[in-house]
Amino acid sequence: MNFGKQLKDGLLTQNPVLVQLLGMCSTLAITTSISNGLGMGVSVLIILTCSNVVISLLRKIIPDQIRIAAYIVVIAGFVTMVDLLLQAYFQDIAESLGVFIPLIVVNCIILARAESFASKNKVLPAALDGICQGIGYTLVLLVMSAIRELLGSGSLAGNQIFPADYGALMMALPVGGFLTLGCLIALMQWAQDKAANKGGK
Amino acid sequence: MDITKLLSISLGAILVNNFILVQCLGICPFMGVSKKMDTAMGMGFAVIFVMGLASALCYPVNVLLMKLDLEYMQTVAFILVIAALVQFVEMFLKKSMPSLYEALGVYLPLITTNCAVLGVVLLNVQEGYNFIESVVYGITGGVGFLLAIVLFASIRERLQFSEPPKAFQGFPIALITAGLMALSFMGFSGLQVW
Repeated sequence: MNFGKQLKDGLLTQNPVLVQLLGMCSTLAITTSISNGLGMGVSVLIILTCSNVVISLLRKIIPDQIRIAAYIVVIAGFVTMVDLLLQAYFQDIAESLGVFIPLIVVNCIILARAESFASKNKVLPAALDGICQGIGYTLVLLVMSAIRELLGSGSLAGNQIFPADYGALMMALPVGGFLTLGCLIALMQWAQDKAANKGGK
Repeated sequence: MDITKLLSISLGAILVNNFILVQCLGICPFMGVSKKMDTAMGMGFAVIFVMGLASALCYPVNVLLMKLDLEYMQTVAFILVIAALVQFVEMFLKKSMPSLYEALGVYLPLITTNCAVLGVVLLNVQEGYNFIESVVYGITGGVGFLLAIVLFASIRERLQFSEPPKAFQGFPIALITAGLMALSFMGFSGLQVW
């Protein structure tokens, strides 16, 4: 299988957040610190891969009319498992992510990948797609949470870089999320534009 | 019934903890259907309706789950209830109020994956609201959604005539606008009903 191309799609050309504009809610809400971003990213990565595999396995059994409901049940099952695992082994992360862990069920990335990729492809590519898209999502979360944590509270992954008093509270609040994501997507559009121009010439 | 508590729940849901701009729930429809004023209105009212009903329906479901010691099934049960509810509302509106059904169009099924709806139900459980409080929280949360999306849609209609830098065109400038709106909603924090 074409792993390299799928990875490039997930990371850049078809990045779930920056290009497909999916999964905004969790991206904006939880990227206040690197540990949160990493916890959320890895949870989504695991759920996305598992649900892609199961949906790909079931793709010939699920009737077309009720496929969305069936996908949601599969996804909700995996979300519950991850939720329970986090509560058992990573209580800090489970506490700070709070309601956003169960809300992964309605994260459009997972449903979108199920509908547009896993339901049409074999198990192995579907699993790879889940991993690559998950990595792309995690990467964006990490970049965003690094920016917001540094500017908002002056630390990186818990290590104080400059005194917390200098941090702008605004960056840790939803405002900072909107602004950071806006700038990141703008950067992406600029890069794509530039690449397209180069290709044209 | 304690009226003050209901009032403070409503005020919290509409302004202080606005679902979109403060809690970051329901961003997808907020960004997706806010290009035009009238569709934004339709979406807003549909969300009020579904959030109120979902809060009312999930309350007994949760009580039942607690009785059976199945609390860990909450997420699965709630999302199924919401999906079924949206389907029923769609069928009901189609038969009895075709004009409203036409107006809401494609936005109705999309509400299933609106995280504000699942969010409000989960928050009801987390905060331990009783039945009436849950319903009030659901409806006023929807009103807050309507307020934010209508304000945002009216700004975006004007935004079409402006010329942002090329890289910022489309989505990024909308996000920045939403960020500035969220900044203004920060002014409400600390507001309380005594």
